[in-house]
Amino acid sequence: MTSLANANLDNAGRAPAQARIDTVEDASTTPDVVQPWAELGLKSDEYDRVREILGRRPTIAELAMYSVMWSEHCSYKSSKVHLAQFSENTTDEMNEKLLVGIGENAGVVDIGDGWAVTFKVESHNHPSYVEPYQGAATGVGGIVRDIMSMGARPIAVMDSLRFGAIDHPDTHRVLPGIVAGVGGYGNCLGLPNIGGEVIFDPCYQGNPLVNALSVGKMRIEDIHLAKASGVGNKVILFGAKTGGDGIGGVSVLASETFDAVTTTQPAKRPAVQVGDPFAEKVLIECCLDLYAAHVVDGIQDLGGAGLSCATSELASNGDGGMRVWLDRVPLRDASLRVEEILMSESQERMMAVVEPAKLEEFMAITRRWDVEATVVGEVTDGKNLEVFWGDDLIIDVPPRSVAHDGPVYHRPMKRPAYLDALQGNVPDDLARPLDGEGLRAALLALMASPNLCNKSWITDQYDRYVMGNTALAMPDDSGVVRVDEETGRGVAISTDCNSRYAKLDPFAGAQLALAEAYRNVATVGAVPLAVSDCLNFGSPEDPSVMWQFAEAARGISQGCKTLGIPVTGGNVSLYNQTGDVAIHPTPLVAVLGVMDDVARRTPSGWNASGPGLAPAGQTIYLLGTTADEFGGSAWTQVAHDHLGGLPPRVDLGTERELGEILANASRDGLVEAAHDLSEGGLAVALTEASLRNGVGARIRLDEVCERDGVDAFTLLFSESAARAIVAVSPAEEARFTDLCTARGFAHTRIGVVDDGSGVEGPALDVQGQFTLPLDELRSAHTSTLPAIFASR
Amino acid sequence: MGNVVVDVMLKSEILDPQGQAVAFALPRLGFNQFTDVRQGKRFVLTVAGEVTGEVLAAAREAAETMLSNPVIEDVVSVRVESPVDSSSVDSKSMGSQG
Amino acid sequence: MRIGVVTFPGSLDDHDARRAVRIAGGEPVSLWHGDDSLHDVDAVVLPGGFSYGDYLRAGAIARFAPVMSALIPAARGGLPVLGICNGFQILCESHLLPGAMIQNDHRTFICRDQRLRVENAKTAWTSEYQEGDEITIVLKNQDGQYVADRHTLDELEGEGRVAFRYLIEHSVVEGTDAAQVATAVKYDRFATRNPNGSYRDIAGVTNERGNIVGLMPHPEHAVEEGYGPSLDGLKFFKSVLKSVVNA
Repeated sequence: MTSLANANLDNAGRAPAQARIDTVEDASTTPDVVQPWAELGLKSDEYDRVREILGRRPTIAELAMYSVMWSEHCSYKSSKVHLAQFSENTTDEMNEKLLVGIGENAGVVDIGDGWAVTFKVESHNHPSYVEPYQGAATGVGGIVRDIMSMGARPIAVMDSLRFGAIDHPDTHRVLPGIVAGVGGYGNCLGLPNIGGEVIFDPCYQGNPLVNALSVGKMRIEDIHLAKASGVGNKVILFGAKTGGDGIGGVSVLASETFDAVTTTQPAKRPAVQVGDPFAEKVLIECCLDLYAAHVVDGIQDLGGAGLSCATSELASNGDGGMRVWLDRVPLRDASLRVEEILMSESQERMMAVVEPAKLEEFMAITRRWDVEATVVGEVTDGKNLEVFWGDDLIIDVPPRSVAHDGPVYHRPMKRPAYLDALQGNVPDDLARPLDGEGLRAALLALMASPNLCNKSWITDQYDRYVMGNTALAMPDDSGVVRVDEETGRGVAISTDCNSRYAKLDPFAGAQLALAEAYRNVATVGAVPLAVSDCLNFGSPEDPSVMWQFAEAARGISQGCKTLGIPVTGGNVSLYNQTGDVAIHPTPLVAVLGVMDDVARRTPSGWNASGPGLAPAGQTIYLLGTTADEFGGSAWTQVAHDHLGGLPPRVDLGTERELGEILANASRDGLVEAAHDLSEGGLAVALTEASLRNGVGARIRLDEVCERDGVDAFTLLFSESAARAIVAVSPAEEARFTDLCTARGFAHTRIGVVDDGSGVEGPALDVQGQFTLPLDELRSAHTSTLPAIFASR
Repeated sequence: MGNVVVDVMLKSEILDPQGQAVAFALPRLGFNQFTDVRQGKRFVLTVAGEVTGEVLAAAREAAETMLSNPVIEDVVSVRVESPVDSSSVDSKSMGSQG
Repeated sequence: MRIGVVTFPGSLDDHDARRAVRIAGGEPVSLWHGDDSLHDVDAVVLPGGFSYGDYLRAGAIARFAPVMSALIPAARGGLPVLGICNGFQILCESHLLPGAMIQNDHRTFICRDQRLRVENAKTAWTSEYQEGDEITIVLKNQDGQYVADRHTLDELEGEGRVAFRYLIEHSVVEGTDAAQVATAVKYDRFATRNPNGSYRDIAGVTNERGNIVGLMPHPEHAVEEGYGPSLDGLKFFKSVLKSVVNA
C-alpha cells in the first residue's frame, strides 16, 4: 500500500491532451476565441462580466473555475438575497454565544467551560439518486470534513432522509443503498449516529433527499479558520490523491478542437464521487494531531468544486494573494487535464496554510499517519490567485470575484396559483371516526404508517455507541452527546421538517420546523442555543418555488429572532424535482442545545420501576392547549390521502415558555420522562412513550376536552403545536405543577403510567374509548419496514 | 511491465451471501439460465519488468499468505495476464462478431 | 496494572477500551501499530474498529503490523490478550485463534444490545464471571459471522474453548407456540436466530491456555452507567487485572 502511495508520477509522461495549455498570455493575445461558456453553465452576461473583471478573455482553466464557482451549488446566487435575512435578524444578544457565524465552513458556538461546538447540516440529494450508496456516503464524508476543518474532533452524525412512496420499486432501489451508505461511511469513521428522520412522500419519488449533519467539539482556543495569510506561508494539499471524481460537467471541454483523444483516455468521466471512509478516519486523527501541535495557520476542506473552491476561498478570506503550482498535485489518474484537476471532487482531501518554520513538523505528523502531503503553493504579497502549470501561468484572478462576489440573482417570485385552492380545501369535512372502535383503528393505522412506523430496520445499521459518549439516541426526541467526560457537559441536537405543512404555507411550515426542533431539544432537557438549516426546494427558475423559498427563509430568520437563537450556517439545495414537479418545500431545521450534565437527560418513554424511580403511579401531564388543527396532519394523510387547509398555528412565544419549563424540569429532576407532540398528535405521543419501554398508561380525556372545547378525536389526533406530555413521580408533582403555574402555562393531569401488572399485560387504555394492548401496537409499529425491505 | 492475475474464491463449503443475493436478483432481470452464483476477488499485481517464474512464485506466496485467508478462501489461480484478461469484452464487440 | 490498547490506522474503539480499563481500576497504555515493542504491559487489548478500512479482509492487513511481531510470540507465551470485534478478526487472521469472520448472513451492519451466555469462566478475561452467566453487551458490526470447519468447531466444543455464545430469545423447539414465535419475530427479527449467522451461535472463543480471548461483541460499551445497555462488560477488565496480580 505504501509504495503505491508514494509513487512518483512523471509529469513529462503525460498524455498529449496536456500538450497545449491555454495560458494567460494566450488569453491576452487571442481575445476572439469562441469559448464554451454556455455549455459550462454560464449566462452570457456572466461571461461578459468575467471578461470585464479580467480585462481579457479567460483562459480555459479560468473559465472552468468561474463556471463552477458561480454555479448555483457553489455561489448560492438564487438564494443569497433571501439568506441575507438570517444575518439581518441576528441581534447582539444572539451573537454573544456565537464564536463563528455564517460564512465559514460551519458555525461555532460557545457551550461553556471553555468548550466550543461546531455543527452543520448539508444536502447530497442528486448524487444519492444516481448512486445511492456512494451519494449518501460522500454526503456524510463531506459534512464531516466541514466540521474537521474548523479545528474540531467530529463527535456525532445525524441523517435526515426523504424518499418517495414506500411501495414504489424505485424506493426499493434507492433506500437500502442510501442507508447502507450513511452507515457504511459513518460507522467506519467511528462516529455515532444519534438520530435523524425517515420520511416517505410521493413528491420525492424522482428526487430523494439526503441531508447529513455532523457536530464536533474543541476547546475555544483551538478554533481554526479557512484563511490564507502571512506572505511566504506554504499551501499544502494533503489526503487522498486527485482523480476524476465528480467532474462530469467540465468534461464538455474535451470537445475542444485542439485536444487529441488518445486510447489511454476514457471516453466518459465518472460523475459519481467515491468515498473512502478509512482515508477520512486517518485524516481526522492526522488533523487533530496537526491542530494539537499548532502547526496549522489556516485550513480548508475540499468539497464541491475541489481545488478551485479551496484555493479561491482560502485566498479570498486571506489578506494577500496566493500562488499555486497545479502540476505538483498528486494524481491518481495521469491523464487528467488541467481543468479536470481544478474541478475534481475527489474525496478526503484538505488544504492547509503553514508557516515555513513549522513545515517540517507538519510533514512529520502526516508521515506518521501515512497521509500524503504536498506543498502546492504559497501565500504572496500580491492580490490575485495565480495558478501555474509548470512555467505557464494559467489562472490569474482576483479570488474574491471567484469565491464571494459571484452573481446575485433577484429571481422573480410569485405566490403559487394553486395555493388559494389548496388552502381552501380544508380537512373539516373528511369523515372522522365516530366511536372508540374507530379511534382505536385510526391509531393502529397511524402507528403502522410509513412515516410513523418503527425505523429500527434502518437505525440498527448505524453504530450509536462508538466513542462511548452517546447519552441519548433515536428514537428519543434528540440525540444527546457528552462533550466533557469529567463534568458531563454535552449537547442535544434535533433535525426536523414537516414538508406537508410547508407546502400549505411555507412561512408557517418553516417556523413549525424550527419550533419542532426547538421543542425536541428542550424536551430532553437541553437549552436551545443555535440553528443550522438545509433548505431543499425545487427549481429557482419557477417563480412559485422562489416564493416558497423566500417565505421559508423569512419564517426561519424571524422565528430565530423570536426564539433568540441564531442561525450559524447551513445549506441550500435547489432543483429538486420529480420531472417537472417540484418537491414539497422542505426547509429542514437543526437545533442544537446545551446541557450542563447529560446524565440528567430526560428519556422519551416512561418506566414502571428502576433505580430511584417510583413504581407505577407516575402521573402523566399534558402541557399546552389543543384546537381543531388537521391541515397537513398525519391522520388526513393516512386516512384520506388528503393535503389541504392550513398547517397548525405557530406561537413561538408559547414554544419558548414550554421549552423553559421542560429544560428546567429536567435540570431539577422533576420529570421521569417527557415527549413532545408532533405528527399524529397526542395519541401517537402516548403510544411512542409507552412502547419505548413496554410500559402502558391509563388516560382520561374529559377534562382537557372540556377545557379546550374539542372532542376526543380532535384531542387525540390534532397536531396543534407547543405541546408535550410528561411523566411525573408523586414526590415531584407539586413542584412540577408550581413550575407550570408560575408561568401560567396550561397543564392538565391526563392519566397515570400503568405497567399492566393487574391486567392482561401492558396496554394504552383511553377510558371510555378503547384499550390497545402494547403487543398489538408494537406489532403494527414494527412490521412495516422489515416486511418491505428485509430480504431474510 | 507485466501483470500477474490472482483469483481468490470463498471455499465451496462457506456460505456466500453476496453470491446468493446476486443469484436471487438475476431472474428478476430476466436471466433464468443461471442456477448458482459465487462471488470472489481478482487481484492484478504489476511488476516493472517481465513476469518470470520467480515473479509467479512470489505472487503465489503473496496470494497464500496475504491475499487469501486459507481458513475460508482458496487461491484458484495465479497466472500471467493475457491479452484476453485486459481487453474489455462487452456486448458491442460481441454483437459485431455475431 | 498496565493494560496496552493497540491503535491501528482505522481503530475506533481504542478510546473506549482505554476508558474501560481505567474504570476497572487499571492503567491503560496506548500502543502504536508501527512500534514493535509492547513496552512491558501486563496484558493487551486489540480494540474494535475498521483497521485499514477492513480492506482485503477485516484484520488481514493489521495482522502484519510491527506491533504484532511482538504481540504474537508474547501471546503464545501466555500474555493475556483480548480481541474485541476487529481485534478478534485480527487474532483469527494471525492464527492465534481458530476460525474466521465473514459478512453477516443478512448482509447489513447490525448494532444491537446483545444477550450472551458465558460458556467459559476460566480464561484470563472471564474469571470474574460464572459459567452460565447471561450478560447483555453491545454488538455492532458488518462482518461478524464466525465460521470454521466442522473439525475445528467440534474441537472447540470438546475442549470447552467456546467462550461466549449468542443467546436466542425464542428457541424454536418442539412445543413452542408458533403464534408466540411469530409475534416475537415481528418486532425483533433476531428473536429466533443469532444476529449474524455464526456457526453454533459462537460469539467468542479462547485458546488452550485461556490467555487469549476473542469475541465479536463489545464489553467496553457496557461499563458506564447511562452509556450502554448494562455494566456487564466491566468484569472482562476486572478479570484480567486480577489474573495479572495473581500471575
